[in-house]
Amino acid sequence: MSARTRELFGLLPVSLLVCAGFAAVLVAQSQEVSDLTVTYGAVFLGLCVAGHVFIRLRLPDADPYLYPLAALLAAFGLVMIYRIDAELAREQAQWFVIGLVLFCATIYLLPDHHVLERYRYTIAAVGIALLVLPRLPIIGAQVNGAFLAVKLGPIQFQPAEFAKLAIIVFLASYLRDTREVLVRARLTPLTPVATGLLYGIPAALFVLVLVALDLEPAVAVLLGIFTLSVVTLVRERPSLKHFGPLLLIWGAAMLMLVVIRDLGSSLMFFGAFLALLYVATARLSIVGVGATLFFGGAALLAGAVGHVQSRIDTWLDPFDRELYEAPGGSFQIAQSLFAQADGGLFGQGFGQALLELPDGARIIPAAHTDLIYAVITDELGLFGASGLILVYLLFVARGFKTALLASDGFSKLLATGLTAVFALQVFVIVGGVTKVIPLTGVTLPFVSYGGSSILANMVLLALLLIVSDHGRRDRVRAGTGGLV
Amino acid sequence: MNRQILHLFALTLVLFGVLIAFTSRWSVFEAESLNDNALNRRGLLEQQKAPRGLILARDGRTVIAQSDPVGRGEARVYVRRYPEGSTFGHPVGYSYITIGESALERSRNDALTGDLDEFGTIFRELQSRAREGDDVVTALDPDAQRQAIDLLADRKGSIVALEPATGRVRVSASTPGYDPNTVDDPAVFAALNDPDNTERELVNRAVQTNYPPGSTFKVVTAAAALDSGEVTPDSILDGSSPQEVSGVPLANAGGVSYGPVTLTTALTNSVNTVFARLGEQVGERTLVEYMERFGFYQDPQLDYPEDEMTASGVRNADGRLVTSGFDVGRVAIGQGGAEGQIQVTPLQMAEVAAAVANGGKLIRPRLTERIVAKDGRVEEDIEPAQQSQVMKPRTAQQLTEMMASVVNEGTGTAAALSGVSVAGKTGTAEVSNGLANQVWFIGFAPVESPRYAIAVTLEDQPVGSSGGVDAAPLAAQVLQTLLEGS
Repeated sequence: MSARTRELFGLLPVSLLVCAGFAAVLVAQSQEVSDLTVTYGAVFLGLCVAGHVFIRLRLPDADPYLYPLAALLAAFGLVMIYRIDAELAREQAQWFVIGLVLFCATIYLLPDHHVLERYRYTIAAVGIALLVLPRLPIIGAQVNGAFLAVKLGPIQFQPAEFAKLAIIVFLASYLRDTREVLVRARLTPLTPVATGLLYGIPAALFVLVLVALDLEPAVAVLLGIFTLSVVTLVRERPSLKHFGPLLLIWGAAMLMLVVIRDLGSSLMFFGAFLALLYVATARLSIVGVGATLFFGGAALLAGAVGHVQSRIDTWLDPFDRELYEAPGGSFQIAQSLFAQADGGLFGQGFGQALLELPDGARIIPAAHTDLIYAVITDELGLFGASGLILVYLLFVARGFKTALLASDGFSKLLATGLTAVFALQVFVIVGGVTKVIPLTGVTLPFVSYGGSSILANMVLLALLLIVSDHGRRDRVRAGTGGLV
Repeated sequence: MNRQILHLFALTLVLFGVLIAFTSRWSVFEAESLNDNALNRRGLLEQQKAPRGLILARDGRTVIAQSDPVGRGEARVYVRRYPEGSTFGHPVGYSYITIGESALERSRNDALTGDLDEFGTIFRELQSRAREGDDVVTALDPDAQRQAIDLLADRKGSIVALEPATGRVRVSASTPGYDPNTVDDPAVFAALNDPDNTERELVNRAVQTNYPPGSTFKVVTAAAALDSGEVTPDSILDGSSPQEVSGVPLANAGGVSYGPVTLTTALTNSVNTVFARLGEQVGERTLVEYMERFGFYQDPQLDYPEDEMTASGVRNADGRLVTSGFDVGRVAIGQGGAEGQIQVTPLQMAEVAAAVANGGKLIRPRLTERIVAKDGRVEEDIEPAQQSQVMKPRTAQQLTEMMASVVNEGTGTAAALSGVSVAGKTGTAEVSNGLANQVWFIGFAPVESPRYAIAVTLEDQPVGSSGGVDAAPLAAQVLQTLLEGS
């Protein structure tokens, strides 16, 4: 069976899920099944097949699972949003159609992703500009304290969703160039005395600081990792001039924290950056320095940016009555946890969760965007939510597989970066909803309501498929075989 | 680079594993504590979406509580209404989203809301049945309950009547009452809970208030003395007055000195000195043991929220229950000293009468008779369950004869009914330093085969009032209604 045929078969369960999901929601809401469910299912399947035919024509060798998995997520998201608000679902469906067009356009206009390398600085500039956009007067918009949205008349969009693509493209091409020179292994065997001094002095200093300042455990661990990473890095004597742009990115991430005031997106961007850095250089020490600098910087800045600090406070103690009742307080995260507790093992069933108070107010704020995972857990229980996470995991697995199969550095880094940023986005929002980390306003890819999110992720999917097509085509031609 | 990519994938696995772990933490492992969190109003909101079951009186027709729909469509909620108003306010309680539930509405909440466990819910959904609550049929007798409330009128007090053989609570009246239809009004609720409000209408005096039992407690003392073999009903005891008990002189009511009397005569005329001596003879250990058998020193085993009940027993000045070191002579006659006073709830005294009436066997009191599904199926029939064997049947028989003598020729003649023999015991306890009386009557009828046991008490009665004059007639009327009704 060819890859494309497998892809086509993969779409079958997706359309079934749409039909079954809509049927369940309709039954729960009006106690009747109308032919509407079949219509929705058929239309969705038609659109997916159209996309599939396009892939068959343009990218015949691309990974067969990425597209059906994305369709599955989108279908699931549509059903959930329809259950929350039918009008929003109609809009989301429109965005899905536009996203599909953009998906095809990307594939059509970009037959070879290596073209992107040529425009890397332009792309980087566009990415930074997009990030700063929400802070500009008139068009910028503040949502829950964070600057993530831009308003142009009736249209509101979240530039960060697109910025993440631009930044990944830039980093992939930049690191492809510099990864060789960034860390050259210039290890010469040191005498035992030199080794002792190299590790001993910083260790002694670290202990001294620890004792003198009486640091909190978290700070001490951070400082310890930082010291160890720096020492390990210094030992390899990297060329400092190439670290300039990397420091710039760290500065940018810190600035982002101040400018857009959103811990989640900063974490997402910087995490993807570190992931790429690790894959490019194979040096954990660089990741160590970067991560500790990020968390250290974030901790210092959090105190200065009140909004970030309050997010952290509400994260630590969501059931504090004062925080709960404060505007923008812990109400959201507390309701998220209550909704999950309500779901239990199997959930309340599609369309059964409590969303509205008797007076019409919403009990879960932002149920269709930030907190959609909480609604999913409420309705489908631990099993349903774990299933969703597993679908994301499969998508991520195929993304990394694409990176593994790619034949050149840029393709590998691009696929890795796109996959990493996708995985991190899932972690940041689901982690926020489940109180693993402070809750921030990032969408759940393909599932949350939001035009920008759908469009950006469709482009991400298109880029992954383009990379995959190239990598797998080379292998097929070379007769290596053994492809899945 | 491939190795590093695999490392990244491994990291993703770990991170996503953490997500699933935390999801299971909230949805399963800590779900219960989250559901019970005071900030979480989901439970109440969801319960409002489905109608609560009815609460019915013993006859299965008189509706005590019902859920009326308000609003339409998605926004429809059900609001609790209580057609009988304050009559059943105390035993049945209320259920509102703002102030929660109380009394039977609370203790039978799971049945009333149709709350099932995880698998029960799935089973119900597979059968596509809507969530609905079951009806609760109480043991309460509507006529007798209304009469009890009327008899108490504007006095503070309580009347409790039980079926000795089954433990079914036929009457549970407490005054002053409150109207469960208006209790959710914030102003009304605040006024009812005002610490300066001495009426304390929300308190269910039948199970929540401790009173000095006065001479009704002599039934417990007599049971302990007879059953442990210390005396027989015909034992001759010294009824002279005053006598020194714990170093302080103790007098009979009105200072009457009886001389040598039988135990039966002593109970009939409620001779303090005889029972105080008897208490000392029995000793606090045996007395406490019998009290525990009667159900003292623990919350009543009623199907009612535990934190809305109070245990009976000897309490010290701090209000703590004590089982030793008290003036056993004075406790034996329903009083006490500085080290501890005997304090009881009306339900407890009704249980004392019921245990005697039921051949010494105490049956757990029950407000609920059965739980019925909407389709008429009986979900749960509350079978009588024995709480304890308080005394030998022979002791119970002797005590029954002695208590019958109280009503026939002693202090309790006002409780007598025509055509039905009644057994009982009166009690009058001085409160507020002798400025007021707590009056009591406990008893049962008919003597030959007891069907109902009762306890009546009134608070803050004027000096000169007594259990025999003020409480006994109320008991007679309620017993009459109950006996006629069935």
